[in-house]
Amino acid sequence: MIMIFGIPGPLLFGQLLLGLINGAFYAMLSLGLAVIFGMLNIINFAHGALFMMGAFTSWMLLNYVGIGYFPALILAPLLVGIFGIILEKTIISRLYKLDHLYGLLLTFGLSLVIEGLFRNAYGSSGMPYRIPEVLSGATNLGFMYMPNYRGWVVLAALVVCISTWLIIEKTSLGATLRAATENAPLVQAFGVDVPRLITLTYAGGVALAAFAGVLAAPIYSVNPNMGSNFINTVFAVVVIGGMGSIMGSILTGFGLGVVEGLTKVFYPQASATVVFVVMVIVLLVRPRGLFGKAA
Amino acid sequence: MLLSRRSALTSAAVAATLPLVRTARAQKPKLKIGVLNDQSGPYTNTGGATSVVCTKQALEDFGVATKGMDVEVIAADHQNKPDLAVSIARQWFDRDGVDMLLDVPTSSVALALQSVVREKNKVYLNSGAASSALTGEQCSPNFIHWTYDTFMLAKSTGGAMVKAGGDSWYFLTADYAFGKQLQADTSTLIKASGGKVLGAAQYPFPGTTDFSSFLVQAQASGAKVLGLANAGGDTVNSIKQANEFGLNNSMKIAALLMFITDVHALGLDVAHGLNLTESFYWDMNERTRAFTKRVLPKSPTNYPNMDHAGCYSATLHYLKACADMGVAEAKKDGVATVNRMKAMPVEDDCFGTSKIREDGRNLVTSYLFEVKKPAESKGPWDYYKLVATTPGDEAFRPLADGHCPIIKA
Repeated sequence: MIMIFGIPGPLLFGQLLLGLINGAFYAMLSLGLAVIFGMLNIINFAHGALFMMGAFTSWMLLNYVGIGYFPALILAPLLVGIFGIILEKTIISRLYKLDHLYGLLLTFGLSLVIEGLFRNAYGSSGMPYRIPEVLSGATNLGFMYMPNYRGWVVLAALVVCISTWLIIEKTSLGATLRAATENAPLVQAFGVDVPRLITLTYAGGVALAAFAGVLAAPIYSVNPNMGSNFINTVFAVVVIGGMGSIMGSILTGFGLGVVEGLTKVFYPQASATVVFVVMVIVLLVRPRGLFGKAA
Repeated sequence: MLLSRRSALTSAAVAATLPLVRTARAQKPKLKIGVLNDQSGPYTNTGGATSVVCTKQALEDFGVATKGMDVEVIAADHQNKPDLAVSIARQWFDRDGVDMLLDVPTSSVALALQSVVREKNKVYLNSGAASSALTGEQCSPNFIHWTYDTFMLAKSTGGAMVKAGGDSWYFLTADYAFGKQLQADTSTLIKASGGKVLGAAQYPFPGTTDFSSFLVQAQASGAKVLGLANAGGDTVNSIKQANEFGLNNSMKIAALLMFITDVHALGLDVAHGLNLTESFYWDMNERTRAFTKRVLPKSPTNYPNMDHAGCYSATLHYLKACADMGVAEAKKDGVATVNRMKAMPVEDDCFGTSKIREDGRNLVTSYLFEVKKPAESKGPWDYYKLVATTPGDEAFRPLADGHCPIIKA
């Protein structure tokens, strides 16, 4: 058997793969954050709560309406996206002229309120949500036993990440969006409804979080705190990748998942801290993040 | 009628003392109970508001009003942070006049409070925390550990596993006081029965949600049993993910601390077949069912588990001791109150009868349960089958092995 750093090769490959799977969640969540920050200049701390809402919405769809996993994958992001539109229209839009810090505080407060409401209604132990029949079971890859559902998560995350990147970087809609963030009055002069564009962008970012929430529901217990467990790491990912950089947050998300996975093999106690150690180093060496544009 | 000077003076004097009499009556000594637990984090359902409901139920069942006692229950959220808990407790003792501290899950928090309560000479009845160090090297004359501890869980669940042939273990451990103590207590027991521990992964608490790395490592270790030295949402997530990775086919899972609230969160289709230990089950007998029926309207979505029942039982016994020695005396001296509680036999609907040992260990009976299959469950929260019963004097660590310093003194 091949040994790498005293760890059997197959075990290490398995851990790399698991790291990628976790990275898929980081990538999807940080992608939404990057889109919102890039276009709206809002540091959306409510992202974790919206991720949790995605998971809860799929649970509610199943238990109250009888709608299963696959329709929920479309419906839950839509519903949470609509909630995002309401949030943006009524509350967040008032802060665009102020410093970033106000947006951060407001969305942080919102996330506490949302989580509190869910905790009040459903407690903190969580709700069971089963893996859909088609995706249950596992495949023996030789070096590890791979649950089919986790494979599906990586695939779905990759598709969503790449299409988001393509939409923003390669389509005319994306071009308008990017132009609007650079110079809103000018774009408006061309007849583009910029406020609506911004609202829809926020809704899109929120829908990404909710989509990740639906993917997470069968793996983690669906509970009100599930988002806050993720959000700190995800913010570190965004900072490391470079605030607002789309491709940066996707690559960093997957990369940090792998780094974290390897830490779990060598020194599990540090696995929650390692991402922040990387963040400190990156900030020292490249303050704008790995993929951030120079000032 | 003319008033004589003497009678005028007398009535004036009487009138002057009236307000004094009134304030004296208003200042009838009042007992204050402070329930300190997690009301927003991972242990909200295992303790939380249901603990407060059960504490108040004890006041009602004891009949404080009819016995002319004045008792108040207050509650706070310690957020599983030892520093926060210590500052709340200090404020409660110094400013709010709290006499008894109750529940306090999360071992790191529970241990941090020992010295504060001792310094203020109050009463500390712990139902929610697990660490057996609380009645071992960290014991205190002001303290009673009510419901369960890591040694009892290790002996009951771990012992049953080893007996069934699970002689090699791999631990998945929450990296703080509770997880480490539970792993240590279980390891001692495994080694004493001729088994071995092949490895352990200690993961950061709180904040870990994905256990897949550790589960794959556990699988690669070749151990027969996966010992979960964690609690609450972590246990739920690790069992869920163990199923996903097919660990339940190659290894046995020992959920060393699991409450009925966690089983509810997992769902029977995942949880069935698990062995776990509690000292209270709502559907155990007539008395536990009667208790649950009284409590449930005030906590409709969360059935009482052993932590909640412990809050009820501890409060009831505390009130009995206070009534016995007089409320004023009880307020004055925490150690004397605890000693009186130790001298009286414990008796209530939840745990039946038990005895409190010198080191502060309440020797309740422990039950080993198996979680029912979905088809066997006949109604809401009908989850457990009784497998084995261990009487209180055998369930816990022998007094001499705890090295509690107050015993030597």
